[in-house]
Amino acid sequence: MLTFTLDGREVTAKKGELLIAAAERAGTYIPRFCYHPRMEPVGMCRMCLVDVEGPRGATLTPACFVAVTDGMVVDSANERVKKAQDGVLEFLLANHPLDCPVCDKGGECPLQDQTLAYGPGESRFIEEKRHFEKPIAISDLVLLDRERCIQCARCTRFASDVAGEAQIDFAGRGEGVEVATFPTEPFSSYFSGNTVQICPVGALTATPYRFTARPWDLDQVESTCTACSVGCRVAVQSSQNRLTRLLGIDSEPVNHGWLCDKGRFAYESVNGDEVDVGLLPSELADEAVDVAPATASQVVSLGVSRGQFLGEVHETGRFEHGRLVEPRVRKEGELVPVSWGEALAAAAAGIAAAKQAGGSGAVALIGGARLTNESAYAWAKLTKGVVGTDSVDAQLGDGLPADLVLGLPRATIDEACGARVLVTLAGDLREELPVLFLRLREAVLGGATALVEVSPTPTALTALAAASLRTRPGDAPLLAKALTGDAAAATALGAHPEGAAVEPGALETARRLLAAHPGGEGVVIVAGRPSYAESGEVAAEAVRNLAAALPEATFLPALRRGNVFGALDMGLAPGLLPGRVSLDAGRERFTAAWGSVPAGTGLSTADILASMAGEREGGDQVRALVLLGADPLSDFPDRAVAEKALSAGHFVVAVTGHPSESVDAHADVVLPCAVSHERPGTTTNIEGRVSRLGPKISAPGFAWPDWMIAAELAAALGGDLGVLSDDDLAEELALAAPAYAGLTQKVLHSDVAHDGILVPLSRDTGRHLDVEPIDPIALPGVESVERQGAPPRVGTGSGVPAVARIAALGSPPPLLAWTGVGGAEPLHVPKADSYSLRLVAGRRLYDAGSSVTGSPSLTPLVPVLVARANPYDLDRLGAVTGDRVKVRSARGELILAAEADGGVPRGVVAIDFNVPGGESAPGNAAATLIDSRQIVTDVRLESV
Amino acid sequence: MAITDAPKIITSRLGYDDSYTLERYLATGGYAGLRKALSMTPEAVAAEVDAASLLGRGGAGFPAGRKWSMLRKNPLTYLVINGDESEPATFKDHMLIEGDPHEILEGVLISAYALQVSQAFIYLRGEFALGLERLQTALNEAYAHGAVGTDIFGSGFSLDVVVHPGAGAYICGEETALLESLEGKRGFPRIKPPYFPAAIGLYGEPTVVNNVETMANIPWIINNGGAAFAALGAGRSTGTRLFALAGHVRKPGNYELEMVKTTFRDLIYAPVLGGGIRGSNTLKAFIPGGVSAPWFGPDQVDLPLGQDEVGDAGSMLGSGSVVVMDSDTCMVRAAWRITKFFSRESCGQCTPCREGSGWLERIMYRIENGVGREEDLDLLMDLCDNISPGVAWPPQQTTICVLGPSIPSSIASGIRMFRDEFLVHVKEGGCPFD
Repeated sequence: MLTFTLDGREVTAKKGELLIAAAERAGTYIPRFCYHPRMEPVGMCRMCLVDVEGPRGATLTPACFVAVTDGMVVDSANERVKKAQDGVLEFLLANHPLDCPVCDKGGECPLQDQTLAYGPGESRFIEEKRHFEKPIAISDLVLLDRERCIQCARCTRFASDVAGEAQIDFAGRGEGVEVATFPTEPFSSYFSGNTVQICPVGALTATPYRFTARPWDLDQVESTCTACSVGCRVAVQSSQNRLTRLLGIDSEPVNHGWLCDKGRFAYESVNGDEVDVGLLPSELADEAVDVAPATASQVVSLGVSRGQFLGEVHETGRFEHGRLVEPRVRKEGELVPVSWGEALAAAAAGIAAAKQAGGSGAVALIGGARLTNESAYAWAKLTKGVVGTDSVDAQLGDGLPADLVLGLPRATIDEACGARVLVTLAGDLREELPVLFLRLREAVLGGATALVEVSPTPTALTALAAASLRTRPGDAPLLAKALTGDAAAATALGAHPEGAAVEPGALETARRLLAAHPGGEGVVIVAGRPSYAESGEVAAEAVRNLAAALPEATFLPALRRGNVFGALDMGLAPGLLPGRVSLDAGRERFTAAWGSVPAGTGLSTADILASMAGEREGGDQVRALVLLGADPLSDFPDRAVAEKALSAGHFVVAVTGHPSESVDAHADVVLPCAVSHERPGTTTNIEGRVSRLGPKISAPGFAWPDWMIAAELAAALGGDLGVLSDDDLAEELALAAPAYAGLTQKVLHSDVAHDGILVPLSRDTGRHLDVEPIDPIALPGVESVERQGAPPRVGTGSGVPAVARIAALGSPPPLLAWTGVGGAEPLHVPKADSYSLRLVAGRRLYDAGSSVTGSPSLTPLVPVLVARANPYDLDRLGAVTGDRVKVRSARGELILAAEADGGVPRGVVAIDFNVPGGESAPGNAAATLIDSRQIVTDVRLESV
Repeated sequence: MAITDAPKIITSRLGYDDSYTLERYLATGGYAGLRKALSMTPEAVAAEVDAASLLGRGGAGFPAGRKWSMLRKNPLTYLVINGDESEPATFKDHMLIEGDPHEILEGVLISAYALQVSQAFIYLRGEFALGLERLQTALNEAYAHGAVGTDIFGSGFSLDVVVHPGAGAYICGEETALLESLEGKRGFPRIKPPYFPAAIGLYGEPTVVNNVETMANIPWIINNGGAAFAALGAGRSTGTRLFALAGHVRKPGNYELEMVKTTFRDLIYAPVLGGGIRGSNTLKAFIPGGVSAPWFGPDQVDLPLGQDEVGDAGSMLGSGSVVVMDSDTCMVRAAWRITKFFSRESCGQCTPCREGSGWLERIMYRIENGVGREEDLDLLMDLCDNISPGVAWPPQQTTICVLGPSIPSSIASGIRMFRDEFLVHVKEGGCPFD
């Protein structure tokens, strides 16, 4: 610690701490615009000038740019300092238009606020102000008003330093300096919304929010984003029961204040303003579009509450706003609105009939990763306890084996960022888990973490990797062995007709990096699914191989769906029970709590769908399926199987907030549920961090929370979940689920839980006790959000019957732990031939999922589907970039534009997963090619 | 002793038509200094320059020897030559570059040897088309002659020199902005500290940045010894200096004069130099060191041309440009024109300079064009104070670089020296000189 004198008093600072930050901790707020605690200072705005004593007397020095030194003498409030600061403020306002009444930033504007606090109050500027065309679009989402810009370089620094995409920079000089994009390139960053949030004036505005509200009319809660599994902390803002905006909150262990644009803007799909016509059956779409614009404007302008207005909509019996707002039952082929009672009775009857015909195993459930932990627990209890089936899977054949995910020693994001060697066995993290990408990028750039990247095609991290290793589909297990010194595996990689995809030099570099950390100490492995066109067993075996060779390494599983970790933790996977215990280990406990549990391990999603499609011999035959916020037609990698399964005439109940292909065409009963920002509860992120969700608006129409649907369905089936509220569920799961033991409402509402709490509880509780106040300038617009930590509501949950029964039990069963035993048998990857290319299908951030297609601002950002291949392979075909080519697999064919990409290994073709392929293949085009029963999918490229 | 008796240290060849060729350079003793330097130890070469007490000729007047001694020990170091001479009325480097490029190159090579740097860059103002051609041709000749490149003159010392033209920004004459520009970035001056590129310079490596004219002095110093150089001039201002005389004199031009021994009066009035004020006009004011410097009146015309002498009198010798304004000059218009230059050339990085220069320029324009207010004079002085607190010399600044405090110089000088003239503009609603 250092000591320095600030305005005559002795205060302490950390070594290397910037004066502006040290002063703030000591209670002296030095005004600023360009300084942002998460970015390197530039000292440009000059607002933070203070007098620092030096050898030549006191000098006006920017407090954001000098580190405190021992014995430093600082005067932050003398006349000279005040005059300099007032002068800077007056200069800033000279050319700044005083259009605050029509400026989105008005009311939460750092320039406005500091003008009140510091400025001379009245400007002496009587000249003509600088003029620019206003505003100009610098991307599909962001507008720039250059007249308002105060040239603080926050946006340009964010783009170049934090996001690594220097797509905006200063142009011109003197007063004419403007933030500009490059002539041929828009500001296409996935993180563009952050620049809008940190802009200290109204220069940058986001199209979804622009002119929709005034800040003082907004109501807000702190919550957690569930667009992916990173779990960024957000302030959710609404006006008149409509979501208006999401802003990032600075959470030290998670998001550092940043959000991706999908997380930031996908709230539109919750409001459900518009429906993408192309993705709905035409007659539905027509109606929805007819209704949507009118409702959206009327809700705002007439001031009617959403419920009131929806009453009218309901009478017309239509999909409203792209959301499902009333229960429906299929009658004579049409889904028609019915009462909840009728819908629940129909659902229960279908399930009971299936059970009657084929036993408990005839009922299956797919989905649940969009639920809260509490709702997921309720559905686990309903399916596994009341119905008695274990054929429950929150993953859609697009994840990793649940026992592996939960059993591997888990790393936190901070631990991954502090790793000596970071290994990624995943797709492009910027596409899948964008803010995790930002964190890892910062760590790797910091220099202390060496990145070893294993991926089928180059990613946004490739340029930073110490070693970037290309794999062909099916190669990853061998490569994992080669990485840890298996020479035979390295040789086997070269068996492909075109030789190994991996560069020998890169492999050697990676091998040496890992060899320097025997046993994997200091190694963190980010493990996901780089491609859905290869079996999940490939990625799983690669992970197992690494785990076996590096027993000290820890893992960050890169599954991407919102609360997939919470769903798995709650037992929504075959062979599991809530709290990360296996069916067998938890049998006694949950039999006591629930009355009964399934006898044996059930089916995964792939097996459920295969069974329904009649492609699975023996075992349970599924006759009734619950889709819990799942859309197998677009999410399951093998569309043919999904199509066959859903069309086979089995009973399908869909619990969903949005219409989807699977639901619209195949559900027999539709039960509308509340979605993100409409329900309280908790969510569990990639690290196992449990954080609270803040409900901001009420669900539209007659949609219910998922847990309530489970409870009512249980009753309709003659059972009883024994809970009357989500608080009851929280209470029960904190006692019943071993990994969540002790995670009571009291703990969750305590200050310790500010950034969420890692489970199991013992690991990290209270590590981030020092909650720094939110700097109002750092993240404009969120300073008034009430940081979560309100006292718990008392007297809830005490009447839950299961609580007493579990409390009477002894010590909890052991948590899942990966034992080092591999998969059933080593994978046999078929040999590649010289005529075929191996298909890679990775995720893109903007895909055909309902959160994107339901958000008008994001829908245009879905990329155009192309077939990317090595120029060598295209050349063999005589094709160049832009040519139409036919991609044909044993399953189906697509006609796409070819794109030559030297980063794609020879013998591989890459096609984005769940991106529509034009008229011939709407929805998940890539899935029409994939055969999920095969280890890899081989395709032929043909000229058209 | 006559004012022109001092040796021509840097302009000796400028009388020849082919002064810029290698042939002429070799015929007049060119590259002898380099050969001599290569036979000495680098330390001995540096010691000669230190002994010469050569002040930097770029504007700040920092002793070159001291600057060299501050170069941080590092495996990679650079020498960067600042040839971005862009200030109005400053044209001395311009002439040297076009007239005697080999002399500059020889200075660069000797300096690079003394400093043992890895590479040298010459950053040339973008508008110097002829200079670029001459310098690049000279460099090619020097490479062919064995004076640049690998194993120079068989000495074992190697150096590559790169000539890099700027893109027309005055601010890139500020040494840290120059380094940014050279790195391919936008020419924003770096924030200080670190104060000297000798610690963190080009590409983050230790770098010496010297002016073109400074380099031109080096061959003579090595050939004749630092002591011979130091014997010229007086006090801290040793040697000769090239003065760019501009404005209302009969014979504007560049004059190499012994420092301190010569006065502004000599420069402006001596028949062999400026030759006096044009026509029958009288001296109204002059700027002693480029348009960034505060102005002097006729009462200071006997000041010697010495760095400290001018500094103590409240201005600077700066870039060596002397701008003479005669009795027909409108001081408001002169100050406005200079302010307009700074306003256009502000890089826009920091607020007081970006916004202040434009605001000041607009007010000055109003006054000159008859829509000024009396209170504008106080406003001007207060805005100047917000850019350069105290509006005194040497200046304080609220800005990142010294372009900021350069802006108030002319306005404050104008108001302080010619307040009545400003008031006439305001009261008569226009410029009395129109």
